[in-house]
Amino acid sequence: MRRDVFQAIADPTRREIMALLASQPLNLNALADNFNISRPAVSQQIKILTECGLVMIRQQGRERYCEAKFDGLKEIADWTEQYRRFWSTSFNALDDLLENMKAESKANKKKK
Amino acid sequence: MATKNETVIKVEPGKQELFITREFEAPRELVFRAFTEPQLLEQWLGPCTNLTMKIDKLEPEGGSWRFIHSNEAGNAFGFHGVTHEVTAPERLIRTFEFEGLPEKGHVSLEKATFEALPGDRTRLVIHNVFMCVEDRDGMVQAGMEYGVREAHEKLDELFAQMMQQA
Repeated sequence: MRRDVFQAIADPTRREIMALLASQPLNLNALADNFNISRPAVSQQIKILTECGLVMIRQQGRERYCEAKFDGLKEIADWTEQYRRFWSTSFNALDDLLENMKAESKANKKKK
Repeated sequence: MATKNETVIKVEPGKQELFITREFEAPRELVFRAFTEPQLLEQWLGPCTNLTMKIDKLEPEGGSWRFIHSNEAGNAFGFHGVTHEVTAPERLIRTFEFEGLPEKGHVSLEKATFEALPGDRTRLVIHNVFMCVEDRDGMVQAGMEYGVREAHEKLDELFAQMMQQA
């Protein structure tokens, strides 16, 4: 599921869809009008966005409205945090090594 | 730990690059050595609660490099590339490929710059550029796949135990 959220926003068309829906819900036709690609192609992009929880479709009478749900994007922040922690752990170990290297260098200077 | 030495990752959605920034309380000559001398590199790169890192190969500028990370389960993950430039003490440039992917050829370009800061300190900036957004995102997620996830599970186990005993 988390992987899909990343893939969802990697595509520029899907990002544009999210940007359009950010200000208001739009029905499928109104949304598709903004793009040069075919209606089925837009539907396909919406499908991907709904599959990872970034867009919700509401039926209103005969219309189907697309609504953006931005809490899925918090997932991305979490991925970055995991990655950051990996590096952070390594750099903390590097801090210790550098302290040892500095101490050694001082000790060597004293010997001379 | 001084807050000014926090590891900062910049991963903008939809882009093919990422930045890692970190400051150190040591002159850049020393930090650069820690990045380029095998016996020093092995002491800090990769150690997590359950990961060990071994240097298979680390040749000078123009040569190739290869590291192997192994986790407790006995899974080994290789990384390799070519060292494009070694300019002590300010810059390292290399190519990078993770051997654990189903498909070869997802190579990234990595540049590490070491900036001298007043007070014998250093600012490290690692800039990684990938061939597509998916590759970049895959790299960021890989941390979850080979070690970090297990470390967090262990932590959860430990907290559960501690709460039982409390």
